[in-house]
Amino acid sequence: MTAEQLIFLIVAAVTLVAGISVVTSRNLIHSALWLILTLFGVAIFYVLLDAGFFAVIQVIVYIGAIAILFIFAAMLTRRVMQDTGPQTNPNWWFGGLIALLLFAGIAFVLINWQGFSSLAPELANPSGRINQLGLALVSLDQYVLPFELASVLLVAGMIGAIFVAGEKKQ
Amino acid sequence: MIPLSWYLMFAAILFCVGMYGVLVRKNAIAILMGIELMLNSVNINLIAFWRYRSSDGIAGQAFAIIVFAVAAAEVAVGLALIISIYRRRSSVVADDMNMLKW
Amino acid sequence: MSIETIVWLLPLPPLLAFFLIVLFTNRSKALSHSIAIGAAFLSWLGSMVVFFRAIRTEHLGSNPFTSVLNWLPTGDSWFQIGIRIDPLSAGTLFFVAWTVLMIFIYSVGYHNFGQPQGDHDKPGLQPHGATIADEHGHTHVVPSIEPMYSRFFAFIGLFAFGMYTLVVSDNLVTLFVGWEIMGLCSYLLIGFWYQKPSARAAMIKAFLTTRVGDVFMLLGIAYLYSAIGSLSYSEIFKPETLQKLVSTPAIGGILGLSAAGMIGILLFIGTVGKSAQWPLHVWLPDAMEGPTPVSAMIHAATMVSAGVYMVIRMFPLLQAGSEGGHLTPAMSLMTVIGAFTAIFAATIAIAQNDIKRVLAYSTISQLGYMVAALGIGAYVAAAFHLITHAFFKALLFLGSGSVIHGVEHGVLHTGEHVDPQDMFNMGGLWKKMPVTFWTFLIGGFALSGFPLVTAGFWSKDEILADAFGNGHWVIFITLALAALLTAFYTMRQITLTFLGEPRTESAQHAQETSWTMTLPLVILAIFAVSIGWAGISESFPVIGGLLPNFVHEFIGGTLTKAPEILPFNIWPLIVSIAVALGGLTLGWLVYRNQKAGAEDPLKIALGPVHTMLKRKYYFDEIYNKIFVRPAYWLADNFTNQILDRGIIDSVLHFIVRVASNVGHIFRNYFDKPVVNGFGDFVGEGIKKIGRGLKFIQTGKVQQYLLMALVLAVGAMFYFVFTFVQH
Repeated sequence: MTAEQLIFLIVAAVTLVAGISVVTSRNLIHSALWLILTLFGVAIFYVLLDAGFFAVIQVIVYIGAIAILFIFAAMLTRRVMQDTGPQTNPNWWFGGLIALLLFAGIAFVLINWQGFSSLAPELANPSGRINQLGLALVSLDQYVLPFELASVLLVAGMIGAIFVAGEKKQ
Repeated sequence: MIPLSWYLMFAAILFCVGMYGVLVRKNAIAILMGIELMLNSVNINLIAFWRYRSSDGIAGQAFAIIVFAVAAAEVAVGLALIISIYRRRSSVVADDMNMLKW
Repeated sequence: MSIETIVWLLPLPPLLAFFLIVLFTNRSKALSHSIAIGAAFLSWLGSMVVFFRAIRTEHLGSNPFTSVLNWLPTGDSWFQIGIRIDPLSAGTLFFVAWTVLMIFIYSVGYHNFGQPQGDHDKPGLQPHGATIADEHGHTHVVPSIEPMYSRFFAFIGLFAFGMYTLVVSDNLVTLFVGWEIMGLCSYLLIGFWYQKPSARAAMIKAFLTTRVGDVFMLLGIAYLYSAIGSLSYSEIFKPETLQKLVSTPAIGGILGLSAAGMIGILLFIGTVGKSAQWPLHVWLPDAMEGPTPVSAMIHAATMVSAGVYMVIRMFPLLQAGSEGGHLTPAMSLMTVIGAFTAIFAATIAIAQNDIKRVLAYSTISQLGYMVAALGIGAYVAAAFHLITHAFFKALLFLGSGSVIHGVEHGVLHTGEHVDPQDMFNMGGLWKKMPVTFWTFLIGGFALSGFPLVTAGFWSKDEILADAFGNGHWVIFITLALAALLTAFYTMRQITLTFLGEPRTESAQHAQETSWTMTLPLVILAIFAVSIGWAGISESFPVIGGLLPNFVHEFIGGTLTKAPEILPFNIWPLIVSIAVALGGLTLGWLVYRNQKAGAEDPLKIALGPVHTMLKRKYYFDEIYNKIFVRPAYWLADNFTNQILDRGIIDSVLHFIVRVASNVGHIFRNYFDKPVVNGFGDFVGEGIKKIGRGLKFIQTGKVQQYLLMALVLAVGAMFYFVFTFVQH
């Protein structure tokens, strides 16, 4: 077992525990905090996958914005959070069963895929990757369209969120 | 040295945990958290495949960027909706929002 | 156009007139009578063409104008019908055409064409007069137009068709067809004023009585057909056919008759019915309920003549088997019935007061003459009398109609309530209605047999001469007595009606009728005088050889063996002149001073006998008791109650009940549960399913997602196990 694999296993374990705690935690704020930990774990995975830029983006966007947003929302709806009592639906067992089956299916497909156990190849251009990504997102023969559409989506989401959640004038 | 399979299995487990959270939790915000977990697992899948299969291309990364943006927008709008509903009905329990029933 | 084609077309115009009037011109009175008279004129024209060609043809009897066509397929041959103009039918055609045309023209005036509509006239009743006002505001009542005017012309058109068909036909079938059509029209026309109960009764009586005769005649026709397989005259009258019929005995061997005798008697019974001989005479006097043109045409000139025409036509069959003047059973029967009827009807006629009844009994009596003449074998005399009688009897009837019209005018004018047909309410009309008087006088003299100048003399004299010459003394005396009575009642009629002073106000105010009525009278009077001169016997003293005895030569030629001309004998001539002049004088003497309200002198003279004569020997009452009442009783009790209501109705009710029950069962056990139930089941079932399934839509997002995932996971597993290779 190399050091890399060891780090992977530890981080994976932590992330999974955190993830499970997200969905089982009784207190919503606790869930949000566990979510932050999970997102950190995912960021570390990005680093392990030689996608450092994404790790940074993950921390800034997900943890810094989205998780904070979750905490805001939890605070704003604190009065009715009902921290006591069951946090799950009456049909929770069925949901769990489905999730398990889904996992079983995915696992089965993956195991029978012949590229499943391949190892990482050499990285082609280690230093110019962010530049390459930036150029890809704005060049006309690559991914400018999805990029622009994503921007539009963000603007629309922003305006929408403001409108929906805004106070209605009396 | 880390086989691809480890990443893929991890992503699968995380996805299913997130799915469980979506299906099972009462609180609407908790459901959104489950969705975040699922989106993250997808991103991991994308980046892992990019790294292990076509690391000289840029498609995997571009797709992952888009996923980020979409996830952010979706959370924002979702939470705004939950706030709005909370204001009207004073409840964030998903099962209570059942007006579109028979 | 060949002569045969013209003959085929003769019956057609009146038939067309009937259809046109019935279908199209019923509303227009002028158009209807124009069509009818036009049709009668066309047929008259054709008849004259045929007649004049016929008399110029040599030996028409042995080669008549014939034409046949195949009508019914019977086995491997055809039943043929056709036309035949031999001397007998040519002569008959002559008088039929003239009398029909005259009567059609007369009907225009009789039914008061041109007069206003009546005040209370309804279809089915006699017209009762219309009130009109003149320029000074004086109202008086005038005769009104018949409401059913067009209908009358339609019916007499149909009748004319029937008569023409009968005359031109060459076989017994079409003869019978024409016979029956005339019977139908007689029924319809006697009951023309159908709202009158007496008219209704009379029409039924006429039809049923002639029906009795017709049934026997049909039996005779059927027997004839089964015996020889044909019904056309040319076949029947072949000597070998007649010989065969004479030698085979009749079915059942009744009275030792041969087949010919049986057939002859059966056919003769048809004549007894149709020509109102005793015992089937009862319908003819009652038939006077119809309008006078009907009485003239049907019951004087044509229909009753058809009966006599038929027996004259079948004479060879009736005579078959007799050797040298000996009478066959059929001929003896005819003689007896004919002579008896002649005197029987004459005795009744002297006690009748209604002007038309006298003429009706007179017709019966004269037909008896003809039948008796044929019975003793006087073929030509019978045919001759048929022709002359048609003319003068039609004249007399039309004259009586004119008289009635004149008196009715007076009735309407004065408002008196007297019977315009009763002779005791008339009198002095010779001044008021001169044309009618003179023509009626001519007709009456012809009927009585006034010597030399009237047609009736020549024909009647010939019958008496034949009776005398062949030694039938009883017949001779009977017929002579009947002639005496005939002259007596004729003069009685003329005296009461025309001579003396008017006995009522209405007679006082009578006036002459229009030209459409008097013109036919004049024309017929001319014939009544002159037609007799065509049959003057060659051996008659003085004037005998001046004109050929056209009638004898022409009509006698119809028979295969021309009848012999008897040598002249003065005695029948003297008797004939004596009875004619004596009867006329007696009638005038008795009635010339008849006063208004006075009793009939004959009643005083005869006492209770007179009552019996007036009541027609109570034959109507006898028949009523023996035949009519039991028939009604049977019809009501048996046919109505038992057959109709009991059996047929109960069968029908049963069928209805069964059908109703079956319908009920179908409705309640099949229609409602199965058909309705299935439809309802489908609808209700879907509703129930919907009501059950709606609970899926809980509104809860997580449950929707769960359901989607179930399907997705299922699909995934399916694809995994199908496509993924281990």
